[in-house]
Amino acid sequence: MTSELEVRLLRGMLRIRVIEETLAAAYEEQEMRTPTHFSIGQEAPAVGVCTALEPDDVIYSGHRCHAHYLAKGGSLVGMVGELYGKEIGCAKGLGGSVHLNDPRAGIIASSAILGQTMAVAVGSAWAFTMDGSPRIAVTFFGDGAAEEGIFHESLNFASLKKLPVLFICENNLYSTHTSLEVRQPAGVQIFERVRSYALPGKQVDGNDVFGVYSAAREAVEWCRNGRGPFFLECMTYRWREHVGPLWDYDRGYRSKAEVDEWIGRCPIKRASEHLLERGLCTVDELQKWRDEAKQEIDYTIAVAKTSPFPTVERMFDQDR
Amino acid sequence: MRRLKYWQAISEATVQCMETDPNVFIAGIGVDDFKGIFGTTREAFLKFGRSRVFDIPNCENAFAGIAIGAAAVGKRPLVVHPRNDFMFLALDQLINLAAKWRYMYATERGVPIVCRGIVGRGWGQGATHSQSLQATFAHFPGLHVATPASPADAKGLLVSALTGTTPVILLENRALYELEGDVPEEPVAIPFGRGRIVRDGQDISIVGASLMAYEALRAAEVLASEHGIDAEVIDPRTIRPLDEELILGSVRKTGRLVVADTSWARFGFAAEVAAVAVEKGFEYLKAPVRRVTPPDCPAPVSRPLEEAFHPGPMTIVRECLDVMRSDGRATRQLSDIQKDFTGPY
Repeated sequence: MTSELEVRLLRGMLRIRVIEETLAAAYEEQEMRTPTHFSIGQEAPAVGVCTALEPDDVIYSGHRCHAHYLAKGGSLVGMVGELYGKEIGCAKGLGGSVHLNDPRAGIIASSAILGQTMAVAVGSAWAFTMDGSPRIAVTFFGDGAAEEGIFHESLNFASLKKLPVLFICENNLYSTHTSLEVRQPAGVQIFERVRSYALPGKQVDGNDVFGVYSAAREAVEWCRNGRGPFFLECMTYRWREHVGPLWDYDRGYRSKAEVDEWIGRCPIKRASEHLLERGLCTVDELQKWRDEAKQEIDYTIAVAKTSPFPTVERMFDQDR
Repeated sequence: MRRLKYWQAISEATVQCMETDPNVFIAGIGVDDFKGIFGTTREAFLKFGRSRVFDIPNCENAFAGIAIGAAAVGKRPLVVHPRNDFMFLALDQLINLAAKWRYMYATERGVPIVCRGIVGRGWGQGATHSQSLQATFAHFPGLHVATPASPADAKGLLVSALTGTTPVILLENRALYELEGDVPEEPVAIPFGRGRIVRDGQDISIVGASLMAYEALRAAEVLASEHGIDAEVIDPRTIRPLDEELILGSVRKTGRLVVADTSWARFGFAAEVAAVAVEKGFEYLKAPVRRVTPPDCPAPVSRPLEEAFHPGPMTIVRECLDVMRSDGRATRQLSDIQKDFTGPY
């Protein structure tokens, strides 16, 4: 891995972190009126995987979609505009935080129903295969989706047809406030379970962006070479509440010690230390990158705030 | 014009659309087998083979999503469900995603998938193989629901669906499959939202879609020949969008309305048409609107129960006589559309 690439991975995560922390702080103003699932703490799978893709590969996401959208190159003003419900939003204020899309960047759809876009990504991958195209499709989802029927239906079909689809399971140990051990049998992990559908499953440290990137590169190559789907489980952790900008370690379903332990494994801190130790960046540069991201998001929030809402007539715009 | 059976018209529309647009493909359980979904996909399979006609695993919900994902990157999937009851398994993808795609992602190009669902009837198919899902799908903005009653409409509406921009649910009543009629040779699209006057009349309007348009016409013939009642029969052709103008125009003329449906009265298509008539045509009405539907219970299997369950032409005749305050009695025996059918499906 080149040092430029390592810097790019770190900067990608840093930008997303600063954007989301700024948005989380601005949420208190009650101007963004859309249920928002922050990716803070989970930036590494998004950045590691999307950096391993070609621009015309497509991605799909779920409700926690901000990091994926930004990592794949989605328009920031489109995302922030959408959170503010404005006409300049990527879905013109009709979709909200959980329905981000930017087709020009290959972000086809995000959806709020668990596991829904697993199948949709499989369909796009199938279309690519029919056309003899080298493109691949990626779907991001959580550990909760692994309990849904569609998880199994999608894996079965993708494996059966040997489709170029990359399944990225971000296992953050909780589905809303319910922990993994209450939801799935002990003794077999998600990535192991998928092997029964005859596709390769691998687990990586989802807070190690370099490790995620390397695994994703291997998986992307596997898919692009016509060997079928690949399943990557990234072990990570959500810092903030399930939906909304706040911290929730005092609400009883998880402990502060657990949250702190994961904060100690912060993917950005780890990547920064790695680069600093090897002299690939300086503390000043880190600060500069943070400042640049802050300026970008502050400016974008100002644009979104002052831009017009869609007219009520817009509500009936689409063909019904 | 040459005559085709209903299933032949579906087959012809499919083949012609596949010839015109290389992005159209067929997928469904058994679409490539020797039966070819009652013949409707057989010719397409023989012509285009396994690269465009795909047998698939049993995964209704994922497959609806797979079709959406293929459509999102340029394909036009035609998904076939040999029984529409199985489409309940696909409701998440169809309603939470396909129906809302263009709207909630604000994209010009939606996901133009077409799902054919076949409605079973009779021969003891029972509670879970003889329902009609038109109202279920038509409830949600973003989906179009077509219910062809004739071979020509089966062809024209399918052509429309396979060339349009909105996801379409096309429901075909199995009882109509052997029905023969004039069908244009060219793939001429019949626009959605435009119904047809099946029979012109002055005294009472009967609205029925799919099989019920056929049964309403038979009922109208009995009403004319035996009771001197001149009924107008309206087939909306698509449930959504609904040709309200045609229905209201007819009610304005006759002042009386009976709506017939293959599905239940509560919250159904018949309820919707009645609501349109009362909301927008109250001043035309000379009598209360009546609904002819199956009774409010699941479909039974036992033969006499089943015969009592499905409304037929004479059920419509009886209701019309009642609305007309006629002293006439509906005594005529008409044969069932599927009288020669021996199953199994």
